[in-house]
Amino acid sequence: MSNSHFVRTQMLPAQKPPVGETGVIKWMRENLFSSWFNAILTFIGMWAVYSLVSSSAPWFLNGVWTASSVDECRAIIAASAGEGASGACWAMINERWHQFMFGFFDREEYWRPLLAFALLFVALSPVLYFNLRRPTMIMVGGAGAVLVLLLWAVGTDGWHLSLAAAVMAALAALAWFAPKHLLWVTLAFPATAFFLLWGGSVWAPIGVMAGFGIAVLVWRALNGFIGVAPAALIAALVAFIWWGLVQSFVTEAMSQALPYFSLPAEDSDRFGGFLLSFVIGVSAISASLPIGILLALGRRSDMFLIKTLSVGFIEFVRGVPLITMLFTASLLLQYFLPPQTNFDLILRVIILVSLFASAYIAEVIRGGLAALPRGQQEAADSLGLDYWQAQRLIIMPQALKVAIPGIVSSFIGLFKDTTLVALVGLADPLQGITKVVKADIAWKAAYWEPFIFVGAIFFIFCFSMSRYSMYLEQKLKTDHH
Amino acid sequence: MAHAAKMQVTDEVAIQITAMNKWYGQFHVLRDIDMTVNRGERIVVCGPSGSGKSTLIRCINRLEEHQVGQIIVDGTELSSDLKNIDKVRSEVGMVFQHFNLFPHLTILENLTLAPIWVRKTPKREAEETAMYFLEKVKIPEQALKYPGQLSGGQQQRVAIARSLCMKPRIMLFDEPTSALDPEMIKEVLDTMISLAEDGMTMICVTHEMGFAQAVANRVVFMDQGQIVEQNEPKEFFANPKSDRTKLFLSQILGH
Repeated sequence: MSNSHFVRTQMLPAQKPPVGETGVIKWMRENLFSSWFNAILTFIGMWAVYSLVSSSAPWFLNGVWTASSVDECRAIIAASAGEGASGACWAMINERWHQFMFGFFDREEYWRPLLAFALLFVALSPVLYFNLRRPTMIMVGGAGAVLVLLLWAVGTDGWHLSLAAAVMAALAALAWFAPKHLLWVTLAFPATAFFLLWGGSVWAPIGVMAGFGIAVLVWRALNGFIGVAPAALIAALVAFIWWGLVQSFVTEAMSQALPYFSLPAEDSDRFGGFLLSFVIGVSAISASLPIGILLALGRRSDMFLIKTLSVGFIEFVRGVPLITMLFTASLLLQYFLPPQTNFDLILRVIILVSLFASAYIAEVIRGGLAALPRGQQEAADSLGLDYWQAQRLIIMPQALKVAIPGIVSSFIGLFKDTTLVALVGLADPLQGITKVVKADIAWKAAYWEPFIFVGAIFFIFCFSMSRYSMYLEQKLKTDHH
Repeated sequence: MAHAAKMQVTDEVAIQITAMNKWYGQFHVLRDIDMTVNRGERIVVCGPSGSGKSTLIRCINRLEEHQVGQIIVDGTELSSDLKNIDKVRSEVGMVFQHFNLFPHLTILENLTLAPIWVRKTPKREAEETAMYFLEKVKIPEQALKYPGQLSGGQQQRVAIARSLCMKPRIMLFDEPTSALDPEMIKEVLDTMISLAEDGMTMICVTHEMGFAQAVANRVVFMDQGQIVEQNEPKEFFANPKSDRTKLFLSQILGH
């Protein structure tokens, strides 16, 4: 038979893999016992897990939820599980959870942070789910339902409960009929949240937001004549003039004329616990992303001054510990500000934490930008798109997609770093509030419980962020379906 | 050829390049380029790699900046004035070797993006135009897919359609078939030929000499940043004048 000649007369059909190449036994053989060394490691691992669980399980299982002090907890455990048994004293959490959550707010005011928290999810929904009706609706509806439950659980009075329920119902209806318009809720959220949390006259946050509105109007009016960047500069200037010189008079006049809308003012030292972590974390996360994008673009700019400033800022901030920035916020800024200004400590911390995070975000985004082939910018150029259109429509969507894991890591790190504000005297949930609670002689002996409780809550939120980023990566994948 | 009547060269000047020079740092990449392109001309630029042919056409829509000399496209001189650059770019379409489609957008969005944002065309109208040109490059059924799901030849045809959606008066092709598998080259060349038949002014950097013979009314040969020889294709291939051209043609057609 000659083997240099071959002509296939029939094409072969695809066949199934041989049987026995699937199933549990195969999985175990391949993953747990593929070699004697692997088998030993498997047994060592199982022993480690067993000893960890067997030593900590009784502590969790013997946990006591109702008691008035650690001593009482111990007595109950000794009575039920025998002398010398260990057990968690969750009663401490049961008794003081509200301080871990709300800091030093009065009980009658709990509805305010809770409503702000629910509105946060409403504000996020159009951003996270691209105006898709179903998930947006589920998020808004879910936030509303959970809010009503929480409000009921913390014993909110009927009037505020029904007010919050009505607001959430209206927003859910909006989410159903016009999910796009939820973006207005997102835009108004900073002012709304500020008003709910800090209270005072409603005209102060409206005045601040009006500054942004004026800037947008000025920018729109000038954009066509003098180009994007000069228009943005003038708009920013006008906004600063408004905030610096005009706004306080207008706000004053409006609160004189219409003094009806106001909430009891809360001082910054009443903020604490997860309320504080969330205020700082959410503000810094949402501020650092746009600043980071601008810094990343600035670092790649052809313009010498912009490039130098961006590089200088990024390298300086990354070279300085966050704690230094926090001390700057609490001490140094005071020296630079005019003496009569009463610039809130939390606000100062938010600003410096945002700047700190934005330097890291900028570098993560620069990594995403570097991953794009040069041809993308060239194609955008060759079609006549201007610089900002190209960045917004072509470059950033792709660069951010590449940078998602890095960005979310930075956000998670930032959120956990909010506990560092304990160092400038703010009551973070981990150290600040724990100290306050343990100052009570009844709970002085508790040690693990507050850390586990606070750690678990941090884990829930950080893990959710991580899962969302995986969902997003999957969703934005366009190479195959 | 039956279609030759439509492929008319007019007297109107589309591109005028005068004494143009360009350097990359110390490297003199384009030297004293003089070139006039009339409306309706189909020019093929060829030459060994590194001869500056890609750089030359990239100067025409200012993806590269020239330092000395003058380039006038459709009556607009290219200078550092951003308004002029954007104006020229929206009149001049460009097709790249590596397609450069936007991978995060569907084919339809790739085609409508520039008309909507640059020309301010209403979305529906832009989509109708896009579908018209997708029909023309024979892949309307792919409109809602993403570029990554298409073959190289299909992607390049989409890239051509994307440029056409801006209704350009001039088309530049930068080695449009060099990154394609052999079996896909023909479908792209066919698209380009039908474009030439419609009277489009084209400058094409390519090594497809068959295309040059069939479509071009002028072949420009470049070497070491200079135009060495140009002629109508029949003469160019049958009777190359310079030794460099002869050598190049013998290498490219020899096998």
